[in-house]
Formats: sequence, structure tokens, C-alpha cells
Amino acid sequence: MATLELTIREDVAAATARQPRRLGVLFWIAIGWMGLVFAVAILADLLPMPSPTDMDMLERRAPVSVEHWLGTDGLGRDELARLIYGARISLVVGLCAPMIGLVIGGALGMVAGYFRGRFETLVVGSMDVLLAFPPLILALAVTAFVGQSILNLTCILGVLGIPAFMRVARAATLTLARREFVIAAQALGATHARILLRELLPNVLLPLVAFFLLGVAITIVAEGALSFLGLGVPPPISSWGSMIGEGRESLDVAPRLAFFPAFAFFLTVLAFNLVGDTLKALTDPRQGAL
Amino acid sequence: MFGFVARRLLYLLPVLLAVTLLTFLIASLLPGDLAYVILGDQATPENVAALRHDMGLDQPIWWRYLGWLGHVLQGDFGRSFRTGQTVLQAVAERLPVSIELMLLAEITGLVIGVPLAIACAANSGGAFDRFMTGTAFGMLSVPTFLSAILLIYLFAVELHLLPATGYVPFAEDPVGNLRFLVLPALTLALAEWPGIMRVLRSDMIATLQEDYIALAKAKGLKASRILFVHALKPSSLTLVTVTGINIGRLIGGALIVETIFALPGIGRLLVGAIYTRDLIILQGAVLLVAAGFVMVNFIVDLLYAVLDPRIRHGHA
Amino acid sequence: MNGAPLLSVEAVAVELPTPRGPLRAVDGVDLTLGTGRTLGIVGESGCGKTMLSRVILQLLPKKARLSGRVMFDGQDLARLDRERLRKLRGRSLAVVFQDPMTSLNPVLTIGTQLIETLQEHLELDAVHARTRSAELLAAVGIPAPEQRLAQYPHQLSGGMRQRVAIAIALSCEPKLLIADEPTTALDVTIQAQILDLLAREQRRRHMAMILITHDLGVVAGRTDEVAVMYAGRVVERAPTPSLFRAMQMPYTEALLAAIPKLDAAPHTPLPAISGRPPDPTRPLKGCSFSPRCRYAVARCHQEKPALTASRSTDHHYACFHPIQLAVGVDA
Repeated sequence: MATLELTIREDVAAATARQPRRLGVLFWIAIGWMGLVFAVAILADLLPMPSPTDMDMLERRAPVSVEHWLGTDGLGRDELARLIYGARISLVVGLCAPMIGLVIGGALGMVAGYFRGRFETLVVGSMDVLLAFPPLILALAVTAFVGQSILNLTCILGVLGIPAFMRVARAATLTLARREFVIAAQALGATHARILLRELLPNVLLPLVAFFLLGVAITIVAEGALSFLGLGVPPPISSWGSMIGEGRESLDVAPRLAFFPAFAFFLTVLAFNLVGDTLKALTDPRQGAL
Repeated sequence: MFGFVARRLLYLLPVLLAVTLLTFLIASLLPGDLAYVILGDQATPENVAALRHDMGLDQPIWWRYLGWLGHVLQGDFGRSFRTGQTVLQAVAERLPVSIELMLLAEITGLVIGVPLAIACAANSGGAFDRFMTGTAFGMLSVPTFLSAILLIYLFAVELHLLPATGYVPFAEDPVGNLRFLVLPALTLALAEWPGIMRVLRSDMIATLQEDYIALAKAKGLKASRILFVHALKPSSLTLVTVTGINIGRLIGGALIVETIFALPGIGRLLVGAIYTRDLIILQGAVLLVAAGFVMVNFIVDLLYAVLDPRIRHGHA
Repeated sequence: MNGAPLLSVEAVAVELPTPRGPLRAVDGVDLTLGTGRTLGIVGESGCGKTMLSRVILQLLPKKARLSGRVMFDGQDLARLDRERLRKLRGRSLAVVFQDPMTSLNPVLTIGTQLIETLQEHLELDAVHARTRSAELLAAVGIPAPEQRLAQYPHQLSGGMRQRVAIAIALSCEPKLLIADEPTTALDVTIQAQILDLLAREQRRRHMAMILITHDLGVVAGRTDEVAVMYAGRVVERAPTPSLFRAMQMPYTEALLAAIPKLDAAPHTPLPAISGRPPDPTRPLKGCSFSPRCRYAVARCHQEKPALTASRSTDHHYACFHPIQLAVGVDA
């Protein structure tokens, strides 16, 4: 989450030499990869492959073969199947957690940026307090005490993302709230709710969505890191992170067990970063051109 | 200027206070009765009740909070019931390791990022620039634990050059100390250099458009001098602030690296406290780390305000 | 002092790609300058005079395309390799930019900016470079030069900063000094001082100088030859006395009329040139000045007049209907 904060500060301070990025080949490749990952994650049950939980003790750490396209892991389970089911977990957490941030943080930010005053100071102050804590420690502490589960993990990662979304929403609202169409709506007697929902929200939504995609990337990384340490998704459920963590033990004999999930992980995070960054670059000049 | 500092301090204090409150609440409200945990096998209802009374756990929460806060302000952060160490002792033991790691990581990140940024800015738009910018972007998508296992695989497993885990204090064995810290510092540096490079490159590209750079070229100065003396200095402002923020973040945030490489730093202290349910340590250490982060941010904010007007100071 | 001129700009054109089409910032310019002589280049903003100075210094923007030759001291600067160009710049070729606040590096001391030039080109050691720098500052009229060396540009006034910029330019005894609007950013009261300083140093060092300005008044009496530029081309060129004595171009006449006169009656309206400079991305078929020229006829809108000379061989102009104006007659 601190990385999100850093991204905002960086862009504020160094917004000079940014060329408008067009939707190039890389963008579409990234979309393609995201589509592929989504597809296999959703259709996992329908795909013709061995079950990810079937342990074949005779075929432990087997190399790539026709039966097992990516080999087997330390307990004889099919690596490709585990990879595909792992995608599910990583995506579920990766998408749902930032949703929490988007909805709550976005709402808080918009209201704070619109009404200003003490409410704003209160909101910004509480976010600063939340940001002061090393986020992984907070996540660890909560999951360790409340128990490891996908729900808990998603909730805490979602809560940790609220400050960043708040900032984006607030920044966007601050620049928009003073523009003519808002003043015109106020002059026409529109209520605050109406202005927030009909005038501001559509415009604030764009940067928020761009930021959401970046948030997905960061959440996948955070969940991956926690699961890598065995402190994220509860075993025996495995996400890519826990697969990499398990693969760590076999680095000397079968490094592929760590590197296959690592590669999938990297590509997915990269894809979300790329798409999110491109969208952010597209919405930026629009915001600046008052 | 003085007013600025005063105002920032005024804002800082409630934040710090809220940090203590939140820390205390998290530690206290989480399920898992402390007395049960401590007594373990001997947790009969009577013993639990007695211990709770002894530890003051049966008092109302706001009372306990104030008591704890009072102690904290006097420098008493409590004592671990597991190890018998005071929180301050435990932190003081681990702090040098974390600081050494953080400094090495940041310096390595700068050593990689700054020259690359300068090289890219000097030929902005060229093949090298586009390649490096792309690589930096890609690097940002590689989380620390991935770089860690990659480096461990390369250097420890395949090449047998460096140890995968372990630590020895500098005072005992300087060379060994550095050997143990190379991979962890490099792992962190790989995560730091893209941010550093982007920020400096951006500022330098802007600086290189300035008139005084044109004049420096017109004076026939060497390109290296123009880049390193004329362009680098005015472009460093954002870099300095970013480095400050990074250092503040790294103080508490290197826990993944510390865990992977088994370094006895503050990050591992916190993780260990979570594992062993050592709430006293957890409470105290989290408070120190969070407070440290707030202070570092505060200093960075001040630094920015100090550096900025001085440059603008002479403009008519 | 005859023989080959020190500087010879031959059929130079600069084209810049822009989203709206290629922009000819400089559109076929020929100029020569002899050793120790002063050339004034006069024109409105956007006429290409600054771009021309960048051509001579070979400091064009990356995307610019240059055609033509720039002969300096027997070498074509446009075809010289980078290292030799670098050695020439600052040493034989020097420049003073318009705004000393932005042309001096704000985070380096005056001393550093002087000394580095001396050390680079003359290879002086630190002590000698320092002494020489103080001498240079004194020569350009800066009091307490020793103290100034440790100061930063923002600690000096505008006029002093420009003097520093001039000192830097003169430090290695250049053969040619280009002064690009050296006084435009300064107070009126200081302008004359700076111009006099430049003229004095030019005479003393027998240095060639190009004085670029938008003000005809600046070049009168301070230059040997004047070239008037409009829309990327030279439209009139003559030895200074001839120019003022017998102006040919309506544009030059208009420029002169636009200078406020001290002895005019109060509230005399300033005869500004009506219209705007042409859009360089849409070059006109005919004479570039025709839309604003009060003498324009049909032919002016159809054909582009070439730079020709009649009567005296060194007075060139590009006009179909030159006016023969005797300036100073009715002053």
C-alpha cells in the first residue's frame, strides 16, 4: 500500500515529461493474457486435466511429460492443474480486495473532497494514521489472530487499500468540484447527492478504475507475499504465492516448481500494471486540461 | 517557516496519538486471551483469573490504554513474557541489522538507478532509454519474494557463491557480515531502483530543456560535466524526497526479505511476535515502527519545504 | 583585412516537423561576416533570427533538419564532428543569451561557471583560472569581483548577471560573439550600458559580433551591417549607414516607424505594424509581408521577390516596389 502512495507522490512531482501513450501492441497482449487467465480460472472445472489435489506418491517431482504437462510437485500433484486453480485464488483475492478499497475509499474521498472542512481533515487524518502502519505487519497480525481464511485475507487487504483510493478520489474531486458544470448544477438547485452521483461520479470513476487495476496488481503481490510465507491463504488451498513458497524447498532439485508459478505470477501482475498504467496515462491529461 | 513547522507539528501529534490508540486496540481486541496464552497448559480458570488480575487485564480498556500510554511516555514499553527482554532491548538488538540492510539496499538502489537515469535522460527517446524504461516498468511487477528466490537460485543454489540465509554481526566478522547481506540488499535494491530511475530521469529530462544547459553546451563543456554537474544538481530534489520516503518505508517493511534470508531484524521480530502471540513485543515494536515512519515522513516534508524556497529565494 | 570572411552562411534552411506540417523556421539565408566586423540581425519574434543563431552554434533541436553550409574560419560547422565542434564552442564561438536569469545555472556559483570555461578551453590551473575570472568580472564593470565569484546568480541584479554572461562569453577570446537579444530582458536604463560594454569589448578585441534584436534603434551606430529578417528570410541587407539613409523595404520602414521617438509630441500614437507575423507552417505563395504591406499590389501576392541589389552592390532587398526612404532627413 505504501507503493501506491509512492506512485501518487511521484506523479505529482514529476509529471513533466509524460508523453500520451497510445494503446500499443503491448497493451493488447496484456489484455489478452488477462483474458486467458480469467478464462482458465473460471472454466477450471471444465478443463480436461488431472485434479489438482490428486497425489501420486510414485510420481513426485516428475518432469514435464504428456500426462503432466508441467510435471508434478513434491506431493505428486499435477502442476498445471494446480497452476490453474491457483489462478482462481489469486484472482479472487486480487479483485475483491481492491473492490473494498474502491467502494469505501472512493466514497470517502469524493465526499471529503466535495464538502471539505473538518470532515475532510478527519478523513485525511485517519487515512494518514492507517498509512503509518507497515501494511504487511497489520495484515499478518490480523490474520494470525483472527485466523487464516480467504475472507479474512481479502477483508484486511481491502481495508489497507482504502487510503490510496481515498486519495485518488479526493484529488479528482478537488479539481472537478470547482468546474463550471458543478457550479451550474448547484445554481440550478441540485442537491448534493445529485451532484455527487450524477456530475462528479462519472468523471471520478475513470481515474479510480485505472487505479483499481494497479490496485489489483499490488494486491496480487501482497497476497502472494503472505502466501509465500505460509501466512496468506490457509493450506491446503494454494494460490500462486504458496506454490512459489513450496517450490522454494525444491530449488536445488526441481526449480521449475517455483518458476512456473513465478512466471505466471509475474506475467499477470505485469499485465494489470500495464493496463492500469496506460489507462492512468489516458485519464491524466483529461484531468489536467481544465 | 517557523509557522510552517509549528503547523505540521500540530498535525503530527494527534496522528501519533491515534497511532498509539490503534496499536493498542489491535493488540487488545484481538481474540486470544493473553492470560490463556501465557499459562498454556496450566490454564485453569482460577489461574487465568489470577493472572489477568495481576496483569491488570480485568480493568476497563480505556484505563489500560492510558496506563500503557503513560508507561510509554516514560520510556517503558513493557517486557516480553516470553523472553524476559524489554521491548526497547529487543528492538535495540534488532535495529542495527534492519538499518544496515536498509542503508545497503538504498545505496545499491541509487548506484543502479542514478547512472541509468542519467544515461536515459541524456538520450531520451532513444533505444536505450525506451529499453530501460520498459525494463524498469517490468521490474516494478516483480515482487521482492520473486527476486529473492531468483537470486537465491542463481547465487546460492547454482553458483554457490553466496549464502542463502544467515547473519553475523559486523563487529564480529565484517566480511562475513557483508556476504550475508549481499543477496538481501540486492533483492531490495531491485525493487527500489525502478522508482529512483523514473523520478530522476523525469526531472533530468525537464532540466535538460533549460536555457542554462543550452549555454553550457554553447560554452563547449564536456557532455559528462554538463550531465553530472550542471544537470544533476537541480534535478535531485524529488529524488532526495523519494529516497527519504523509501528509507522510512524500509524500516518496517523489509520483513519479507528478513524472513526469507533469516536476518534478525525488526521485521522478523514482529513476525516472531505474531507467531508466538507475544503481544507486548508486538504492541511496542509496531508502535515504534509506525511512530518512526511518521517522524521520517515529517522530516521529509520539512526537508522539501526547506530545499524548495532556497532555490526560489532569489527570483525577482 | 580582406580575404575570406570569418563567417559565411550559405543557403541555410531549417525545417522542423510539427503536428501541423513541416515548419521552415529559416528559409534560405545567405550572410557573411568579416573578422572584427559587427552584423545586426533585426526582426520580429518568430522571424527566425534566434533559430539562425542556433544554426551557427549548431545547437539545433534534435528533430530539426538543416540544409546549406555554415562556413566558419574555413570549416563547415554543419559537417564538423562533435568533438571538434565542442572545442570551437566557447573558445572561438561564444554566445550571450537573452535572459541571464535562465541562462546562468542557478545552483552553481558565478566563479564555477567562469572557471570551468577557462579550464576546459585554456587548460588553466585552478589558481590562474580564479585570478583570470576576477579580472574578467572587473573588465565587464562588476564591482568587488572577488566576492562575486562565490555568489549565486540570484544574488545579483539583472544587469550584473548579463555582465557575468558577457564575461563568460569573452573569457576565451572568441573570434565571433553572438548576442541574442542581450538587453531585451533588462531595464531600459541598463540596456545602453550593456550595449556599450559589448561594443567596447568588440572593438578592443577586434572580435566579430552578431547583434540580434527586434529593435532597429539598437543596431543604429553599433553595427557595420544590418540584415532585416522576416518569415525566415533576409528581406533587406545593407551597411548600416546605407540602410538608414536609403531604406528600401516597406517592412524596414515600418520597423523604424514603430520605434518610439523621444522628441515626438506626447500621446502620439505609436504606428504599430498592423496584422500578425505569418504562420510558418503555411507559407504564402507571394511575398510573406504582402498581407501587411501598405504598398502591396497583385504581383506581390503572386510571386516571391528574390533578394537582389540594384544601384549599390552591397544594399540588397527583396521587394518588387522598393521605397526609397531617406531616414534622418525629417528627424
